[in-house]
Amino acid sequence: MGAADLQYLLWLVGIATCVKVLLVPAYHSTDFEVHRHWLAITHSLPLKEWYSDESSQWTLDYPPFFAFFERFLAIFASWFDPQIVDLVNGQNYAVRSVVLFQRGTVMAADLVLYWGLWEIGSGLSRMRRRILYLVVIFSPGLLIVDHIHFQYNGFLFGILFLSLAAMRDGNDLLGGIYFAALVCFKHLFAIAGPIYFVYILRHYCKGPQKIARFCIMASAVISIVALAFGPFLYHGQMPQLMKRLFPFGRGLCHAYWAPNVWALYSTGDKSATVVMRKLFGVYIDRPKAGLTGGLVGDFTPYAVFPQITPIVSAILVIGSMMPCLVQAWRKPVPNAFIRWVVYTFTCGFMFGWHVHEKASLHMVIPFSVLAVERLEDARAFLFLSVVSTYSLFPLLFESKEYPIKVTLLLLYALVIWLNFSQLFGTSTKDSGDLKAKAASNTELNVQETVKPLIGPVEGAYLGGIMVIEIYGQCFHPLFFGGSFPFVPLMLTSVYCALGMTYYWLDQLHMVLSS
Amino acid sequence: MRHRHRQIKEEGALPACLTLCGAFLPCLLASLLILLLHEVACASYHRPPSPLFLPRYCSPRLEARIWRMAEEDETTVRHAYKESPSWSWPATTSMQRKFSFGAICGFALLLRMMLSLQPYSGAGVAPKYGDYEAQRHWMEITVHTPVKEWYVNTTNNDLRYWGLDYPPLTAYQSWIHGRIIHALEPAAVALNTSRGHEDARSKFLMRWTVLSSDILVFFPAALAFVSLYYKLAIFEEQAWALSMILLQPALILIDHGHFQFNCISLGLAAGAAAAVVSRHELVACVLYSLSLNHKQMSAYYAPAFFAHLLGRCIQRRSPVFGVVKLGIMVLTTFTICWWPFLSSRHSALQVLNRLAPFERGLYEDYVANFWCGTSMLIKWKQLFSVPVLARLALGATITAALPSMVQQIRAPSARGFLLAMLNSSFAFYFFSFQVHEKSVLLPLLPATLLALEEPGLLQWLVPYAVVSMLPLLRRDDLVLPYFALLALFFLLLKCPRHFEYKIAEDKLIKIFRAPILRNCSLAGAAILHLLYFYVQPPPRYSFLFEAFITSYCFAHFLVLFIYANCKQWYVPGDGQWVSSSKKIN
Repeated sequence: MGAADLQYLLWLVGIATCVKVLLVPAYHSTDFEVHRHWLAITHSLPLKEWYSDESSQWTLDYPPFFAFFERFLAIFASWFDPQIVDLVNGQNYAVRSVVLFQRGTVMAADLVLYWGLWEIGSGLSRMRRRILYLVVIFSPGLLIVDHIHFQYNGFLFGILFLSLAAMRDGNDLLGGIYFAALVCFKHLFAIAGPIYFVYILRHYCKGPQKIARFCIMASAVISIVALAFGPFLYHGQMPQLMKRLFPFGRGLCHAYWAPNVWALYSTGDKSATVVMRKLFGVYIDRPKAGLTGGLVGDFTPYAVFPQITPIVSAILVIGSMMPCLVQAWRKPVPNAFIRWVVYTFTCGFMFGWHVHEKASLHMVIPFSVLAVERLEDARAFLFLSVVSTYSLFPLLFESKEYPIKVTLLLLYALVIWLNFSQLFGTSTKDSGDLKAKAASNTELNVQETVKPLIGPVEGAYLGGIMVIEIYGQCFHPLFFGGSFPFVPLMLTSVYCALGMTYYWLDQLHMVLSS
Repeated sequence: MRHRHRQIKEEGALPACLTLCGAFLPCLLASLLILLLHEVACASYHRPPSPLFLPRYCSPRLEARIWRMAEEDETTVRHAYKESPSWSWPATTSMQRKFSFGAICGFALLLRMMLSLQPYSGAGVAPKYGDYEAQRHWMEITVHTPVKEWYVNTTNNDLRYWGLDYPPLTAYQSWIHGRIIHALEPAAVALNTSRGHEDARSKFLMRWTVLSSDILVFFPAALAFVSLYYKLAIFEEQAWALSMILLQPALILIDHGHFQFNCISLGLAAGAAAAVVSRHELVACVLYSLSLNHKQMSAYYAPAFFAHLLGRCIQRRSPVFGVVKLGIMVLTTFTICWWPFLSSRHSALQVLNRLAPFERGLYEDYVANFWCGTSMLIKWKQLFSVPVLARLALGATITAALPSMVQQIRAPSARGFLLAMLNSSFAFYFFSFQVHEKSVLLPLLPATLLALEEPGLLQWLVPYAVVSMLPLLRRDDLVLPYFALLALFFLLLKCPRHFEYKIAEDKLIKIFRAPILRNCSLAGAAILHLLYFYVQPPPRYSFLFEAFITSYCFAHFLVLFIYANCKQWYVPGDGQWVSSSKKIN
């Protein structure tokens, strides 16, 4: 860790920022207006009304730290252009200077991501550290979700990295505090709560002063949470706040199915309906509100398969986490902690209730830390990052961003393939190389035992993505014209769900065997 | 205008004298400076005897390193190759290298795509719009009217509204693109009714016509050039050279932001340069003629091509035969390109007439050339009439291009040829008639082609070329990408390396690299930017800061022009180089 590394990190940051600046006029989703409205809410209303305001449909539904963060940004926004923070006149205010300002805040918030990267990179060797910087900073998922679609995920991952770095270095107290703060920024991260709890209980709260240590940790975490929720508790806003944070009533699946187990389950249900009708003549009353109706908040009743309730989903999430929880209980070693966290995020994504496809970032970004350390993880990462980025494609549906997202994905896959194959020496067989290697027999043997970065199964699967994409872009409109617009989307999500399931099983195997 | 011309004639001998002085003073001054710098350059240039085979086209940095290492032993020399990358690039096998080139091209493409999200020139500015509308209008005309009427004023083709004023290849290219757009979105190129047609879909399609031309012409030309000219350089240096050619910000900003098709004519010119340096002279003739037939601005390179090819022919046993062969190639290409317009003398002249817009004046807007750069001191446009200015411009251009031409006729060499391209295009940019600020792209191309051999030149030329277009880009609302791409260029230059190494450079470059000089120059540019963006100019001189910027850039360009001329004179010819290295072996 020297000046050269810092220089390298800053260099990458500079290039990434240039790319982000060029993306300013790109499409932005309704999340842009959501965040603008939150600036207005936190700026013009007193604290006690933040979570009860309903002047727009975009009500505040992130935890308090995020609201404080918006309050902080609103100070600059009101200097920049007072109309941004106007609760009524500012609605749907998206002139170019406002877009530039808001995009600028996302870029500035990414500084926390770079800090987190710096901390987590300090435990790695120089080559790996540099590749890690590259892999995270240019992650197409982050670029698409944060800098095109518009969200503030980068700095949250920065906090996650800070927490993971502290945990890995054995500083459990700091790691726990960072994690508590992270959950108070965005409660979706709470899915890693169980593993943090078990690990800290077994690793930190041990030895002769285990009770004292437990009390220290508990008071630290509780004071963070109190800092966040205390003011609202004081104003008696807690029930309202909770209602906003956990809006049950939303369906199992999002309008566009996230590529998880439920996408496969829903497809199974659909096909079972068709099979029943065609083969046995049993007509099953099709429930209203089709699965892909495109409305947020669809409840998705199944026709053939048993209904899934939030409890079932929760049990499955906890159940699938059990292997790593048990391991953390039995042998809490810091080295394995990052893997466990990534695995719990994977479980949350695969079985969670109303999961959004953007949540796949939660497993991809922290997984990159593992990917630069072991060949097996590097292979899984290459696979996962392609699948997860591809599953984000439907977020950008306008034609002007189409070439950009495709190029981003291909370029990223190419660059990390180059870097990983250099790092792990898995150069694909090359005639010139083989001749050179033939001179020494031992090296040739090594060459043969090293697995290539993309195996045959993965290669075939990734090729299938191309087929799906070409079908969705060219053949589907050709065959069906404008009808059945949901079919390509459904194909994408189901196909990606297969890949995600494959990845999850791979990770399960990895956790069990370690 | 004619009236004023007569007036000057009547006034007597004084203006005539002024004309003469005006023509010769800058040239005299320039040649004096050139002589001076030449002395400096020659004094600092001394080559140690060669102990081993040296790649003919290796970069000066690598060269210097090898010379130093060669004093020890051969193994370290081989090591030196591995140790002096321009970037540290993760590629060891040939497949990885191929993919690395792919990655560079992919990044260049990504930048172009992101830039195509930005607004274009004249977006929403009725009634004349801008270059985007001009290109769209040409597509409309070429798709819907017969070839004979393309350059003629007819009821369907009003030449006053963005009449076609580029050579036939541009017209054919517009026809092809127009056909494609006509098939996908007929309303965007409908005859007469589509004027000022702007919507998201047609913008996307129009942007893709430029992107695809870039991929089909400029990218292959750049790859061909790097693989031919830098054949013997190490991989990292090749990658560096390629990315300097492809990521040069000015071309990206003009083609994919402002909206033009320079990538085609410049790509053809780069292809011609690749053919010249690899001694495929007939191919070079064809490609250069095509480039000239796409945009007449490619004539800026004509002196270099002419002088170099002539010099090569003279070296042969039968020079006349060589010249005739090349001439036939050029004439054939021209005939094919102009075929539809050669039916009568009149129609050919009609096209030619469209290509030479003398009525548009000495220069347009704010261009960092001699006439505009010195207009604060001498009011050229008010002092002289247009015909006088045209003659003045012609004389000055030829004089300025002459030294590099003479050098190439005497001792043609690959590197000298590229420098001659730079010098002659600079000469045209500075002194010729009707220069546009976008014409700075022409000297930029050879400068980027020389990226490995003249890195100092590149570092100075590219930023100021981009800055010189700032007023234009500000009008197009492209200020944000302007800063982003400029910053990106500086970052790419400053790539942190795994290890630092020092290189022995000749004194001339050292002067340019002197930190105080660089800092002063950068500070000046920064102050100009601040003034331009944040200070209201006095109402009497509402374009004061634009004039400052152009004069400032012109001053830099002038120094670089003189430097490049000096450099060209002490590049040894190919023949001399080979013989000297043979002697030692």
